[in-house]
Amino acid sequence: MRATFVASEVGTGLRRNLTMTIAVIITVAVSLALFGASLLVRAQVSTMKDFWYDKVEVSIFLCSKGSDTPSCAGGAVTAAQRDQIKTDLESLRPLVQEIFYESKADAYARFKEQFKNSPIVSNVSEDALPESFRVKLSDPTKYDVVASAFAGRPGIEQVNDQRQILDKFFRLLGGLQLIALLIALVMLVVTVLLIVNTMRVAAFSRRRETSIMRLVGASNFYIQLPFLLEAALAAGLGAVLAIVGLVAMKSILIDQVLAPSFQFTAFVGWDAVLAIAPIMLVTGVLLAGLAAFFTLRKYLRV
Amino acid sequence: MILFDHVTKVYASQQRPALDDVSLEVEKGEFVFLVGPSGSGKSTFLRLVLREERPTKGSVWVLGKDLSRLSNWKIPALRRQVGTVFQDFRLLPNKTVFENIAFALEVIGKPSGHIKKVVPEVLEVVGLEGKEGRRPDELSGGEQQRVAIARAFVNRPMLLIADEPTGNLDPGTSIGIMKLLDRINKLGTTVVMSTHDSQIVDQMRRRVIELDSGHVVRDQSRGVYGYAR
Repeated sequence: MRATFVASEVGTGLRRNLTMTIAVIITVAVSLALFGASLLVRAQVSTMKDFWYDKVEVSIFLCSKGSDTPSCAGGAVTAAQRDQIKTDLESLRPLVQEIFYESKADAYARFKEQFKNSPIVSNVSEDALPESFRVKLSDPTKYDVVASAFAGRPGIEQVNDQRQILDKFFRLLGGLQLIALLIALVMLVVTVLLIVNTMRVAAFSRRRETSIMRLVGASNFYIQLPFLLEAALAAGLGAVLAIVGLVAMKSILIDQVLAPSFQFTAFVGWDAVLAIAPIMLVTGVLLAGLAAFFTLRKYLRV
Repeated sequence: MILFDHVTKVYASQQRPALDDVSLEVEKGEFVFLVGPSGSGKSTFLRLVLREERPTKGSVWVLGKDLSRLSNWKIPALRRQVGTVFQDFRLLPNKTVFENIAFALEVIGKPSGHIKKVVPEVLEVVGLEGKEGRRPDELSGGEQQRVAIARAFVNRPMLLIADEPTGNLDPGTSIGIMKLLDRINKLGTTVVMSTHDSQIVDQMRRRVIELDSGHVVRDQSRGVYGYAR
């Protein structure tokens, strides 16, 4: 095996087929960038799930004077009812991890803090806000246990699961990720077809060389190696471009644009980018290599 | 060296066999002319020897190996021991004489030290000393064919297959090429050459195998081209 000879063959091949090589590099870059972006969105969803599920609570709002739900027919919640709810919540441990009681005064203080810049504060009195139990579950998916135990009980106006609101948002993100993944898959198919065609053209434009190689007894491996390396090199370059794109997505779009504007949530870290980049590189090179291999097997037969 | 044992070759697109029950043997060190009109089966014969085709029936033995039972990955090893020369030279136009011959060695993985030693040697054998830096389009047809022969001979093959090597050359140049092939034959390489050139065959007085419609119609040890059946 003579490395310099193979390397010079690869160089000539790439130069001779420059337009096709560029086309391969660009399609590989675009499809892998989409693929990487969809993986990044998935990592983002899982980061957000970790972040938010840790914080979500089940809120049990208690009846106040003006409540008109049937369970509040008896007027505002009584002290006995409130104590009974608290005891029942305690009995649900360890599913129930933490219990906070928020009085009307606490709720009003929090409300004032949240909307301190808004004129709405002056229109809302302390009395309009309900008192509530905030319950944190060890397993947020077991919300139904709490809901069925408390919903509709006298003195309880409503049982709210914050997770349901989050889930809608995550489903939206998941949908976006699926669309990106589908487009990436279609693009990857296009890329494979382009590589197959490029290899056909390359094999044809060098049929004189390859026929002589066959004639003098060069092994199949030796004949195909320059073509395979060309495909892998072009795909590798495309993958590197895609990774540069992914790094830009993270450092510009996420770190400089999204993160400052949405400070309430966590965003994916560099570890996710570090995990996705090799997947992109391997996918690109492997896909191109396999496409080239099977094309050449057909067009460069002994 | 070459043994055809009741070989029949039928191409898928044709009904009439290109070779029909051909049996013959070529001994080591022989110089054999393969003659016959176009379509008589000469090319098929050579393609079978090079294992570019497989026989429909019968078996082809080359260099002691049954080609029909030779697995695909062993074909390159066989071809390294069989040199081939064609009517159209098949040189690489953008490579020099030296590079064209070196190419054949590079692609079978020979080290560059070996290449630098053997290429000048073989250029001397074919009489092209001093022309190693030329490109094919700077050479005459005869010189181009000498480069092709040098490339075929550089590995000192046991067998040299020449498919109408003088087909594109004028008579004077052809004689030079024949002298070269004769010299290679005397160095111990078996030569099988297909040709339409009656003058050459008549002059050389070597074994002549005549094919017609896929049959061997004549096999003379010191034959002429003509139709003296």
